[in-house]
Amino acid sequence: MTSTQYRVIGSRPVRHDGADKVTGKAIYTADTKLPGMLAGFVLRSPHAHAKVVSIDTSEAEATPGVHAVVTGKDFPNVENKMADLGEGSVNLAYLSSNCMAQQKVLYRGHAVAAVAATDVHIAEAAAKKIKVEYEVLDSVTWVLDAMKEDAPLLHDDLVTDSMGDKAENPSNVPVHLHFEKGDAAKAFEEADVIVEREFKTATVHQGYIEPHAVVADYNEDGRLRIWTATQGSFTARQQTAEVLQIPLGNVLVTPCEIGGGFGGKITVYLEPTAAILSKKSGRPVRITMTRADVFEASGPTPGSFMRVKIGAKNDGTMIAGEAWLAYDAGAYPGGMIGPGCMCVFSCYDIEHAVVDGYDVCLNKPKTSAYRAPGATQVAFATEQLVDELAAKLGMCELEIRQKNAVKEGSRRVDGPVYPPIGLEECLQAVQESDHWNTPLEGPNRGRGIAAGFWFGCGLKSSAACTVNSDGTINLLEGSTDIGGSRTSIAMQLAEVLGLEADDINPMVGDTDTAGYTDVTGGSRVTFATGMAAYEAGRDLQQQMKTLAADLWDCSADEITVGEDGAFTGAGKTVGFKELATELFQAGEHLVGRATVSPECPTNGFGAQIADIEVDPETGKVTVLRYTTIQDAGKAIHPSYVEGQLQGGTVQGIGWALNEEYFYKDDDTMANASFLDYRMPTMLDVPMIDTIIVETGNPDHPYGVRGVGETPIVPPPAALANAIFNATDTRMTELPMSPPKLWKAMQSKQTSE
Amino acid sequence: MAPQSVSEVVAVLSEHGDRAKLLAGGTDIIVQLREGLREADVVVDIKKIAEVTSFKYCDENGLSLGAAVACYNLYEHPQLSKLYGALADSTHIIGGWQIQSRASVGGNLCNASPAADSIPALIALNATAVIAGPSGERSVAVEEFCTGPGRNVLENGELLVSLQIPAQGANCGSAYERFIPRNEMDIAVVGVGSWVKLADDGTIAEAKIGLGAVAATPLVAEAASASLIGKEPTEETFAAAGELAKQIATPISDMRGTDEYRTHLVGVLVKRTLTTAVERAQSS
Repeated sequence: MTSTQYRVIGSRPVRHDGADKVTGKAIYTADTKLPGMLAGFVLRSPHAHAKVVSIDTSEAEATPGVHAVVTGKDFPNVENKMADLGEGSVNLAYLSSNCMAQQKVLYRGHAVAAVAATDVHIAEAAAKKIKVEYEVLDSVTWVLDAMKEDAPLLHDDLVTDSMGDKAENPSNVPVHLHFEKGDAAKAFEEADVIVEREFKTATVHQGYIEPHAVVADYNEDGRLRIWTATQGSFTARQQTAEVLQIPLGNVLVTPCEIGGGFGGKITVYLEPTAAILSKKSGRPVRITMTRADVFEASGPTPGSFMRVKIGAKNDGTMIAGEAWLAYDAGAYPGGMIGPGCMCVFSCYDIEHAVVDGYDVCLNKPKTSAYRAPGATQVAFATEQLVDELAAKLGMCELEIRQKNAVKEGSRRVDGPVYPPIGLEECLQAVQESDHWNTPLEGPNRGRGIAAGFWFGCGLKSSAACTVNSDGTINLLEGSTDIGGSRTSIAMQLAEVLGLEADDINPMVGDTDTAGYTDVTGGSRVTFATGMAAYEAGRDLQQQMKTLAADLWDCSADEITVGEDGAFTGAGKTVGFKELATELFQAGEHLVGRATVSPECPTNGFGAQIADIEVDPETGKVTVLRYTTIQDAGKAIHPSYVEGQLQGGTVQGIGWALNEEYFYKDDDTMANASFLDYRMPTMLDVPMIDTIIVETGNPDHPYGVRGVGETPIVPPPAALANAIFNATDTRMTELPMSPPKLWKAMQSKQTSE
Repeated sequence: MAPQSVSEVVAVLSEHGDRAKLLAGGTDIIVQLREGLREADVVVDIKKIAEVTSFKYCDENGLSLGAAVACYNLYEHPQLSKLYGALADSTHIIGGWQIQSRASVGGNLCNASPAADSIPALIALNATAVIAGPSGERSVAVEEFCTGPGRNVLENGELLVSLQIPAQGANCGSAYERFIPRNEMDIAVVGVGSWVKLADDGTIAEAKIGLGAVAATPLVAEAASASLIGKEPTEETFAAAGELAKQIATPISDMRGTDEYRTHLVGVLVKRTLTTAVERAQSS
């Protein structure tokens, strides 16, 4: 499959939205202006956990310039019904009270009221006149504390569901997951070497540069129009309609250009509030979050506690695995524990394994997806233990990974058997890389490697292509373009039709114009929406064959379409554009369409190599060299694949070294700004080298695998392994920030 | 408003008291006003006043630095950046270059952040603050200028006019270094400024060390500075000074570092800045 020569696929055309983005013409949500538009301001809880005793909005409502005020009582009662978010699902009652608190606030930043006024300053000043009486409750922000019997309860009606069995008493643990294969206990008895450790990771945020923003316009006829920064216009439409209890068909969501999402712009936060403010005021309303709001009141990814154990035979074969995982859910149930459990041993063929996972509510914002949600945490644990195992067995850390790597036919602990996958090829690429073969020299320096996995999903996508009279194409699809997907989708259509990428005008439609399409998430867009575009192209070719048969006076079966997209029949060969023009002139116009819903995961594996240097006096880590290797199946646009690899890696480096929600004694966040929430700047990372492996995915016409998420999985583990090799200090807690690494090195020196 | 003279500013400040705020580069005050951290009825731009916006150096009196002179003027100046190494170091890392094109050293001092980058450097260089007010002019040593986080000695009606920094003879050298977890866009976890003057025999004749972010105000490490006098500039000497400096540090624990870690960093940075300062003195 990889040996196939393509004309367009694998090339690097300029992206269709490039000029608009670099010249500032692209329209983002906060650029949207409607006549008579008001500005909204959301009043948020200063407490981590409190009962809302009363809210008095009278003074705010009387403020000149104020047009509407909303509180929880303006939101309709919604049932405990699950709504599909595309990649995961949500309980609507929780979703609604996360948008606007009802009886209780569950985290600092939880919305309690909102004001719409003629400008944002009036709205803010008026919101501060709203009198909220709180009864402050005990709060909890550490996952193990929240699991204790005497922990402050966030939800009185929440009981643990343990694989279907419901507990009697309420707790903060909505879900206990349990997976096993083989007989792990027995296998550990038979193991020659066992490694076991406990690990902790801090809550981290996606850190997208564009804060959440929305414009809502509630019309007199009951139609609601929304412009928003979302990864999925259709899920935003569904969530908004359900929370407001209005018909789905009454809501139009227009996805604006988006300044990053990484999983954090799937859940709605502001949309229902803006809609109710608009309904009450009769005017369009725009709300934008501040950066502090984004940190405190959107959806970060879970902090975690993990205990992981692996047993192996003397020859290096891993035979037994055990994991006990507790992940923050945040204020409401439904965190990332599921994928955490599925990913903990996903890279290794371990015959006997048992995994327990707990989803834990605590007084932090409700967690959300973040690039391979739940996988980075467990990789931090497992990949360090694999290194320790190798050291105990006197093996090379690459060799032990190669020996135990999953391949076609390996079964994961949660059940699925892998189809053809590319982890072995990625590890081979490590072995052959210039980086791996260049010795690292100098004091306080170390090299570390780690592997990583993310499922990559299919879900639903649609595409429609209208043929212009000159044979160029307008492609309408519904995937919010975050990483250049307009182009990578258009390239697949261009390839099948024998056109160039710039013969296609891709457009991301709104929910009234595009066919149903799930979120831009799960590394699915180039795979699934690309597949829809491919199928739409095939649909077009079928129609053209039928029409050409009439024109050429032959049977449609006699007409064939070549690799170059040319039609051959009745003794002639005609290119796509030529035929399209001919048909148009003959009075035929063409629209191709397709809907797809592939159910198979695309199984993206990767491996990374990190070289670092530690300042022994300060504990500061400098990343010297970094190589990210990944199986892309087939890279449609290699520059965008490399961009995903580099971006994910840099986010992983930030998570590893400095990023964390730092909580004060009152369980409120101390560092809700980009100053003190330390993401890497361009001066903090070297150029990330990339190696794209292409093993070909049999479930896609061009062999595509999702690539967006896996690159964030290995970095904390690879860096921890590198730090160990540099300092002989094993870091089991994220972030490995200078104060923590210095302290760990000190403790190690003292104990020696 | 933008008065043309120091006396006009004094008059405005006297009239409005706390409700008037001065604007030099504006990189702190505009943010503080916007975020509601400070409030004002009147914002007074002082950049129309020559003596506040100019600077001059002479071998006798040293550097007279107008309070509103922007950071880049120092590190881009071929002579001053050499003479006042510590000040060049610190002005080069206050914000990015856009900020450095606006932000002034005087403003950095008046803002009185315990973690301000320029203050330990000014302390090490023995700078004096020249203050104008309703009752005329007075001078205050920089280490006495800050009285708490965000607070300083300026009384009602007073403004900082300039900083006077002594001339740097041969055999003088200084350096400022801060520790931050990243390499940019950060606030000092600890900052240290060191200044030395070497005797003809190469031993240390005079020294002064300023510490930032380890107390409510920037500090002078007096015992540490005194311990260097008459000593050979060796790693052991610097390490011993670092230990003495650690003793006066009373840092807080917050998201930028624990008190234990900050205290440890004082020792590391005293050693590192002394090393650089001596190297600069030896090559001057």
